[in-house]
Amino acid sequence: MAKPIMAQRSFVQRAAELKKVESVLDLVGDTPLVEIRKLTRGLPSGVRIFAKLEGCNPGGSVKDRPALKMIREGIQSGKLSPGKTIIDSTSGNTGIALALIGRILGYPVELVIPSNVSTERKRIITAFGARIIYSDPLEGSDGAIRHCWKILEKEPEKYFKPDQYFNPMNVQAHYETTGPEVYRQTQGEVTHFVAGIGTGGTIMGTGRYLKEKNPKIRIIAVEPDDALHGLEGLKHMASSIVPGIYHEEELDQKINVSTEAAYAMVYRLSQEEGLLVGQSSGAAMHAVLGIAKQLQWGTIVTVFPDFGDKYLSTNLWIGWREKMSVGDLQFSI
Amino acid sequence: MVRVRVPTPLRKFTQGADEVSAEGNTVRALMEDLERQFPGIKERICDETGKVRRFVNVYVNGDDIRFLQNLETSIGEGDNISIVPAIAGGR
Repeated sequence: MAKPIMAQRSFVQRAAELKKVESVLDLVGDTPLVEIRKLTRGLPSGVRIFAKLEGCNPGGSVKDRPALKMIREGIQSGKLSPGKTIIDSTSGNTGIALALIGRILGYPVELVIPSNVSTERKRIITAFGARIIYSDPLEGSDGAIRHCWKILEKEPEKYFKPDQYFNPMNVQAHYETTGPEVYRQTQGEVTHFVAGIGTGGTIMGTGRYLKEKNPKIRIIAVEPDDALHGLEGLKHMASSIVPGIYHEEELDQKINVSTEAAYAMVYRLSQEEGLLVGQSSGAAMHAVLGIAKQLQWGTIVTVFPDFGDKYLSTNLWIGWREKMSVGDLQFSI
Repeated sequence: MVRVRVPTPLRKFTQGADEVSAEGNTVRALMEDLERQFPGIKERICDETGKVRRFVNVYVNGDDIRFLQNLETSIGEGDNISIVPAIAGGR
């Protein structure tokens, strides 16, 4: 029997920990870590798996962290000042985070988004009052990046571009928050950190912090197995504009996950763990189980970037019951 | 003969072309013709049972074939076909 990492907390302790804050921005970070206990059936008892629920951030995703850091640094450095508009290219979650933060701090926000991102994301961004500029869906997120560059060239003085793919503050946000949280929440027992690559910010920043604390902690990235994939938010590096903040040499391993395997894991997480998450969480969990099967002991921590409510209208849920035999909840894939 | 718009991830099969010509009276026949011209492209669009993969959308004149007759959707001269990834990668 593995020793418990987190003791049960009393009601009084939990109540004392409840936050009272001045701004919704004070709620970014400090997300809960939940143990995955059912999908781990059959694994050695010395192997434990935890997922960090980034959907608990106020904007609903891990992207609140880098978005807030990049905007605050922009203000401090003078690059973002009153009268300027925040602009960036995004496939959704960063857009939601920027729209939320821009609204609170009083800056207009314009976002270049491929028109094939999920309807829910577009609606949330619009609900925060941000302006959406659509790019060609056939060109994907790289098309949005290029379209955003063109807009900036025309009116460089009008805009502040956080530039999540190239801004070191993206990595720094995770170095300063996600990394320490993971280390603290596992009381330093984390042995493997696993995260998907979108911009690379999460894996780079968290990985750097954890390596400094303990160089033996393995840092493992997850990416789609093909250029044409259905894992919203993740990037297939070999066929993409490689983000400037992404340094593959800092990784110990990279695991490719198929869209179908990730989708199947999304269904299992909802049915067996009660966690309704997005596709990128499914991809991460699939990779984690593959790693876990090769271990006798270890504490694997992964990141679930968001919850699944933003994807209910997407093809993810088309025909999902056919993929599993309902009743005993055994999956056919 | 119809024009088919090809998304970036599939352009490695079309020698970089973002639009190609193809023949067929139905979407199914069109897929076969695309495979004949660009070997390997069909299995990226369709799964082993022949169905269009869930993360790919095929549009005929702007309408998703899932809401038409799927692979049996008729195609006529001059129709515009688009193969579009159902999602966008990259945050």
